[in-house]
Amino acid sequence: MVVFDKPHSLIDVPLHYCPGCTHGIVHRLVAEAIDELGIEGKAIGIAPVGCSVMAYDYFNCDMIEAAHGRAPAVATGVKRANPENIVFTYQGDGDLASIGTAETVHAAARNENITIIFINNAIYGMTGGQMAPTSLPGQVTQTSPYGRDTSLCGWPVKICEMLSQLDGPEYLERVTVNNVANVRKAKKAIKKAFQNQVEGKGFSLIEVLSACPTNWGMTPREALKWIDDNMIPYYPLGVYKDRSAAKEAAE
Amino acid sequence: MNTATILIAGFGGQGALFAGKFLAYSGLIEEKQLSWLPSYGPEMRGGTANCAVTLSDEPVGSPIVTEPNVLIAMNRPSFDKFEPAVVPDGYLFADSTLIDAESQRKDIKAFYVPATKMAADMGLTGLSNMILIGKMVKETGAVSLSDAEEAFKKFVPAKKAALIEKNIEALKAGFEY
Amino acid sequence: MAEKVLMKGNEAIAEAAIIAGCRHYFGYPITPQTEIAAYMAKRMPKIGGVFLQAESEIAAINMVYGCSSAGKRVMTSSSSPGISLKQEGISYLAGSDLPCLIVNAQRGGPGLGGIQPSQSDYFQATKGGGHGDYHLIVLAPASVQEMAELTIKGFELADKYCMPVMLLADGTTGQMMEPVTFDFDVKPAPEKPWATTGTKMQREHNIVNSLYLQPEKLEVTNLERYKKYETVKENEAMWEEFMTEDADVVVAAFGIAARVSQNAVIEARKQGIKAGLIRPITLWPFPETPFKKAAEHAKAFISVELSMGQMIEDVKLSVSCTKPVYFCGRVGGMIPSPAEVLSAIKKADGGDR
Repeated sequence: MVVFDKPHSLIDVPLHYCPGCTHGIVHRLVAEAIDELGIEGKAIGIAPVGCSVMAYDYFNCDMIEAAHGRAPAVATGVKRANPENIVFTYQGDGDLASIGTAETVHAAARNENITIIFINNAIYGMTGGQMAPTSLPGQVTQTSPYGRDTSLCGWPVKICEMLSQLDGPEYLERVTVNNVANVRKAKKAIKKAFQNQVEGKGFSLIEVLSACPTNWGMTPREALKWIDDNMIPYYPLGVYKDRSAAKEAAE
Repeated sequence: MNTATILIAGFGGQGALFAGKFLAYSGLIEEKQLSWLPSYGPEMRGGTANCAVTLSDEPVGSPIVTEPNVLIAMNRPSFDKFEPAVVPDGYLFADSTLIDAESQRKDIKAFYVPATKMAADMGLTGLSNMILIGKMVKETGAVSLSDAEEAFKKFVPAKKAALIEKNIEALKAGFEY
Repeated sequence: MAEKVLMKGNEAIAEAAIIAGCRHYFGYPITPQTEIAAYMAKRMPKIGGVFLQAESEIAAINMVYGCSSAGKRVMTSSSSPGISLKQEGISYLAGSDLPCLIVNAQRGGPGLGGIQPSQSDYFQATKGGGHGDYHLIVLAPASVQEMAELTIKGFELADKYCMPVMLLADGTTGQMMEPVTFDFDVKPAPEKPWATTGTKMQREHNIVNSLYLQPEKLEVTNLERYKKYETVKENEAMWEEFMTEDADVVVAAFGIAARVSQNAVIEARKQGIKAGLIRPITLWPFPETPFKKAAEHAKAFISVELSMGQMIEDVKLSVSCTKPVYFCGRVGGMIPSPAEVLSAIKKADGGDR
């Protein structure tokens, strides 16, 4: 008999996320990966500033709360201090792709042996729905009330595409969690991102296209569909870099 | 002298800081109290460079030398800038190959050494700094040169140890000038 | 007895840090402190340590934050504009009660300012600097020997009180060479059961954090931190006095300004003026004791600083405004000469200012 249970590395407390938010799913996928790899005892998680700011209360491993955007630098400090630890950051789009762009790019360029889970929901959630670096052209938010005007505020930042131009990173993949099949693929990607670190391969980043029904002004179901209709066309899913695989293929 | 407050000034690349280091390490060997303070920043790249060395029998107060009792001027701008600041009864040593002026002051002891020309003539190009130091040491006794080789060894990297001999040659030439 | 060597102040800091057991350095280039990074880059790989040039001062201080969370003796160094960038991280370090050493080889400001020595980051260092209620222990070396000593002391204090320590130096003390001996008994880092090194499935998870959304709880953390600060104030103030016993005019100066002032005090004594010098070695906690004592007999105080007058406020508070406190300073990378300080001493002695 299979009993559905919480992963051990996820603490059994109610999460504070809104109904229909996909943070809960991604938390679970991260925790399952940690459990399955048996690395909870040496895992150190870095929480960002954003909706997942209190992730330190949800994961059972040691946790550090970082300043806005600085999680990759904090993770670097932890990993360089104790390379035997498995260090991951969990960051949103404002944190990773706006205020923390430099930390993201340079951790990737150094091929820092860490794992980054990047939640891209195209909006600032915690502060109440402002335009994010990843908000789509024309997307209405609190600070782009007439739709994102690219002539005024520029174009979205495509993190996987951008980082794939660097020689540094080991693994970059974009996934989503808006249906069961996609959740399974996301799980596989996240586990690989941790496995890479265990094997000392280096920087792995998984971008997860996520839903924010509250700030998108949609029902949860509409939000999941909005990912299909609007986000995936702009942010195509797939592996953007897999150095080890490319090397094997070349050999 | 009880306390020598030495200012060495020239263009970047003339070896003002190196000459100062030699004095500082000589002072260290002779168990003097001392400080060495360089000018720093972009002006070091080909502009003016200077360093202040204080050698004393007593603890050094301020390491900053604005009124030296020994000035080594290696070019005209340094001569113009610092010659008026030398304290009465102080010493001036000027490279007369590069400085076409002499001090009008009667209250300082001025010495003019064609150090750049001497260095070139002796095949010691680039060591006019040590020629001037040689002359300065002879006139002021700020340090003794008995352990010059030891002093150089303390700060010249092993890779460049071959250059020590030439530096000592230049020191001697200055001392005997 | 260890051998006496000649070293730049910045290099002495780096060597002393290594002796103190620091094996992790994160920094970003800026004049006039780059010798520290260069020294660490050379030495760390040879002793199993980590030197990492970060992409910015902001990243560097956050690497320090992570490394300190992981329980290591860790440091960074910079100069004024770079220290401004680090303030966010410093506030987080203070708010999470993490130990580390931060070196500021100060240069003139504000803005990009200049690269010549300054002491105009006194307020920033001693009054907080970043957001929120917090203090750093601030140490002010005045010689190359003291740069080494206070580096080691800095690591020890940081670990003892779980708080960041700042070594507040300046361009001059960093660049100058003086004889120094590295003859130290270093207190090893204590156990750090709070460190995030992994639960090993044997304990509850550790959390390093400064976020408390309930105001009642956040207030308690602040109150507890300030209790700790009281202990630091009681136990850790350090200063040096020079000819203050009978002084009519007492000069207050730290770092390079104290070296200049000492020359002026000696000259004043030669000229029959009873001058003395109090040199705070800790700027926070500020050493109030010697000032209170001196105020019993001194006519006046002079605060000599490479700023527009910052420490003078603490001098005034220390003497509770019972005696006049004058100011003598230069800014922008200029350094007051002993003659300028002497003239201030004479004026204060005459009382006709």
